Amino acid sequence: MSRRPVHVKINGVEREGYVEPRKTLVDFIREDLELTGTHVGCEHGVCGACTVLLDGEAVRSCLMFAVQAEGCEIRTIEGMAGPDGQLHPLQEAFRDNHSFQCGFCTPGFMMTAAALLEEGPLSEEDLRHELSGNLCRCTGYQSIVAGVMDAFGRSTPAAGQAADAATEAAR
Amino acid sequence: MKPSAFEYHLAVSTDEAVGLLAEHDGDAKVIAGGQSLVPLLALRLARVDHLVDINKVPDLQGITANGGLRIGAMTRHREAERSALVRRHAPLLADALTYIGHAAIRNRGTLGGSLAHADPAAELPATLLALDGQVEVRNSRGTRTVAAADLFTGFLTTSLEPDELLTAISLPAWRAGSGWSVQEFARRSGDFAISGAMTVLSTGADGRIDDARIALIGVAPTAVRASAAEQALIGGAPSEELWASVAEAAVADIEPPSDLHGSSAYRKKLTSTLVRRSLAESASRIGAAA
Repeated sequence: MSRRPVHVKINGVEREGYVEPRKTLVDFIREDLELTGTHVGCEHGVCGACTVLLDGEAVRSCLMFAVQAEGCEIRTIEGMAGPDGQLHPLQEAFRDNHSFQCGFCTPGFMMTAAALLEEGPLSEEDLRHELSGNLCRCTGYQSIVAGVMDAFGRSTPAAGQAADAATEAAR
Repeated sequence: MKPSAFEYHLAVSTDEAVGLLAEHDGDAKVIAGGQSLVPLLALRLARVDHLVDINKVPDLQGITANGGLRIGAMTRHREAERSALVRRHAPLLADALTYIGHAAIRNRGTLGGSLAHADPAAELPATLLALDGQVEVRNSRGTRTVAAADLFTGFLTTSLEPDELLTAISLPAWRAGSGWSVQEFARRSGDFAISGAMTVLSTGADGRIDDARIALIGVAPTAVRASAAEQALIGGAPSEELWASVAEAAVADIEPPSDLHGSSAYRKKLTSTLVRRSLAESASRIGAAA
């Protein structure tokens, strides 16, 4: 079956590849773009390990084909820290709360949480509901929930804007 | 596992999509959100020779109010979930959407795709049945509409022909003041429900029920309406006793499947309980704004 070109902007960098249509986005990211921070777990949309941001929204990168991402903007775990290595507030919060043990599920949790952070703080109950699409076999989830709740309280540009908007709406 | 090889076709118009389906008659499959199809391909439970991608077809997008509601087949769950039009004109659908998988699934999954996939444990086929909705269907020769009652013919099977594309969903006008409720039980949030019930209740000026809908999830090869139980509600005055007796009647004729999550008898009992709760919640919402 014929290969097709794919162009994406991933973590701010324009990249291209040439793939079989049956190649999933996660395999393209890992094998062709050599960004192996995104993990592939169940390969059928259950575990959430492969979660990335596609045009700003959390998606399972094992549940779409790379050719379908043509022209899209993608953000992965490699795009979280600043170019100078400065950790994203979410990464700092995960570190401070021991929000990972083996680390396999961490990139998926991190990208799911990054999308949540853009929309502003949640109650712990709502957060648990939102994180239920990602599986962790080590932590028992408590420390992950604590890490994301902590991150809601740390200043990120997007969270700051959301908080400002909420304050504005309350007036 | 990895999907087997296929030829990929990116359609940019409905004409092109139905043209491709006609050209590869029977050998092509449509991909919309892919949240059910890609797992089936990855697990090699399904294989396709030609995949027709409709993600970039503009006229399959969008939600419009026309008395009722018309929703383009490529509308993603997340967009519908956030839509004020859906909340106002189809509150049952708005609630049902929140039960579908997780946000990352709803960001890709589409209304048309879910209906065409026809999973009996999924929310949208039951919602379409409960609301007496219909779908618009096209092939290269023309367009037809299919009522919900005629759409779902068996497990993961619809009455759509291989060359037909589901293009839009139509829902009739929401009767003002109707109460609605979605009740499901799943082991984990976001999982397919072990079973579920959704109901809509309306009352006349005398306070007695004059319209009732009960749709059941995960109890048969397709989503089903509990018609006899609905009839038993007509003319009744809302009460806990009525909900309990109707909930018994709603499961009288079903033979739910048994699997590792629960036996048939357990599912029957569970479904009855969910119907009772759903009727009580629907009744509590009668007259409330959506």
